[in-house]
Amino acid sequence: MNQQQAFEQRIDEALHNAQLRQNFRSAMDGIRQRRAEQFPDEAQLQALREQVQSIRSYSLQNQAELLEKLETKLTENGIQVHWAANPEEANGIIADILKAADAKTVVKGKSMVSEETELNHYLEEQGLEVIESDLGEYIIQLAKEPPSHIVAPAIHKNRVEVAELFQNFHPELPYTENIDELTETARIILREKFAKADAGISGVNFAVAETGTLCLVENEGNGRLSTTAPELHIAITGIEKVIDKLTDIPPLLEILTKSATGQPITTYFNMISRPRQEGELDGPKAVHLVLLDNGRSRIRWDDELLDTLRCIRCGACMNHCPVYVHVGGHAYGSVYPGPIGLALEPQRLGLDKAGSLTSACSLCGACGEVCPVKIPLPKIINRLRAESVNNQESSTVSGKGTLRHTSEAWIWKLWSISYSSPSLHRLVSWAGTRLSGLLPKKLGAWTNYRSRPTPAKCTLHELVKSAGVAND
Amino acid sequence: MTDSRAHILNRLRHHELTPQAKAPVYQKPLGLSKAHRIKSFTDKQQAVRGEVVLLKGSWTDWMDKHFKDAHLLVGTGELADQASDLKNLSEISQYDQPIESWKPNLFEQIDVSITTSHAGLAESGTLILKPTPQEPRLMSLVPPAHVAILDANRLYDNFAELMSAEDWSEMPTNLLLISGPSKTADIEQTLAYGIHGPKRLITLIVNHD
Repeated sequence: MNQQQAFEQRIDEALHNAQLRQNFRSAMDGIRQRRAEQFPDEAQLQALREQVQSIRSYSLQNQAELLEKLETKLTENGIQVHWAANPEEANGIIADILKAADAKTVVKGKSMVSEETELNHYLEEQGLEVIESDLGEYIIQLAKEPPSHIVAPAIHKNRVEVAELFQNFHPELPYTENIDELTETARIILREKFAKADAGISGVNFAVAETGTLCLVENEGNGRLSTTAPELHIAITGIEKVIDKLTDIPPLLEILTKSATGQPITTYFNMISRPRQEGELDGPKAVHLVLLDNGRSRIRWDDELLDTLRCIRCGACMNHCPVYVHVGGHAYGSVYPGPIGLALEPQRLGLDKAGSLTSACSLCGACGEVCPVKIPLPKIINRLRAESVNNQESSTVSGKGTLRHTSEAWIWKLWSISYSSPSLHRLVSWAGTRLSGLLPKKLGAWTNYRSRPTPAKCTLHELVKSAGVAND
Repeated sequence: MTDSRAHILNRLRHHELTPQAKAPVYQKPLGLSKAHRIKSFTDKQQAVRGEVVLLKGSWTDWMDKHFKDAHLLVGTGELADQASDLKNLSEISQYDQPIESWKPNLFEQIDVSITTSHAGLAESGTLILKPTPQEPRLMSLVPPAHVAILDANRLYDNFAELMSAEDWSEMPTNLLLISGPSKTADIEQTLAYGIHGPKRLITLIVNHD
């Protein structure tokens, strides 16, 4: 099965799963409403978007310098910095740090970058116990599923499905479908893990170069516990997360939490600048940061595609995407679903591997409108769609042109020839109207969900002529 | 490792971008009065189930009344000295040794902790904590209830104002913004409180008049 067929099969399964569709529909409606309530003043929202766009663009323009500055400052602060070109290298670095510290159990805070590297799987193969501690991540870890949303990873599950999972894995605890009680159950199970874990692994929302500060945004407190209770903390993040100054934080934080979950601020904003210092009584004794490239530096080579890297992972684009709402995150089969996934994954992995994703878009523009950092998502998706079938030399995206079909290319070629010659066009449209009976009933994928178009009895030209309109 | 570092930096420098100046700083109208700040802080905390008390007497009297028979955790600063006034609590523990020597007790036995706070933010209803050796990081995180004392004169309009009012060039080990008790919406986008951090966050505001 090729990538397009596999993608279509996943979409088909998702569309026929009524429960899944209901779970997404209600969740997305709520989240959109809450976001809208946080931005009552359109002018203020646009001013804030301008500002954070500019902050993120500045970071990307000066990325090499800022990463060096971040490394210098973190090192001065006592945080060890590691660079990883690809997932294998990142996983290897983390496994080595854990091994050197003789760590056996790890609690994890939410990190999409660790999903990119499939870190859990890797560490479990090395014999470590890895526990996801974000409630949503814990649920899908039990279900052995990947996240279906970058902010709310278990959004595809309802309370009954969660209750059954908890019952299967913890039959000693009373069965409940009450969300408060399910939350309490998770608290009891995970507290013990926090108290005993040898190491904590987390992601990073913003890495501030000027002060050497790792910032984490969260509501639950699992991120704080993972980065405070164990003796060792390892953070992993993409190289694009670096920002210049501490004063860049307030607008970024504000627009991130409002866009992501419709909250004016999250419960916790955790700013980590050092490991435990002399005299301090808690906090990890060693802190490491792993900076992962994994295709990001190449995205930067194109002035337009570069905008993809401004992303602050709020998930607003998927929350507002008509395709995402109907098929859910798993149908994409990629780490990042939704519009940002359509833009990022083909660039990260190559159009040959993920180019089909770009077809999951109606170009309605909703994602571009809500994106807090003003990534021109529809434009980027459309361009990648074109590059997946066009082998242009100037393109920096790998796998360009690999989705090109000879038959499709010929159809468009003939189309373009007929439209550039008036006489040929008249002939073709005349034939189309007179020979419409020869059209087959089924026109491939087009007629799976639509009826076959029926051409009119005569062409527009003929109609106009017979109506007596002068032809200029 | 060194190879990847050079490799990544080279790739980043392979395509130089034209640097553009950052857009002007977005500033919302500032200049709330002290009373407005207290009100905004209180409203925003209460909206996320944070409890706010305009403290009239001493915190020890308040604690005696509201946490009768509880096991309290104090640090080793000024509040610890005042804790000797407490009469109704079952036990008072001091966070005076490294976490490794008593971690299970912290996770299992403490009912409530009390700390000071560095500042507060009116607009978002946020406490700023700068943990110290006297008030370590886990105090505001592990106990099921956290009581924080906030000086009303340390309330700022928002995060940007606080940053510009202070010198933040040298950051402490850990700095925290805390806006309410721990919460999650990971099951059906339904809010549930007290998932991993404190189930209750109570701010005692002093110097409020």
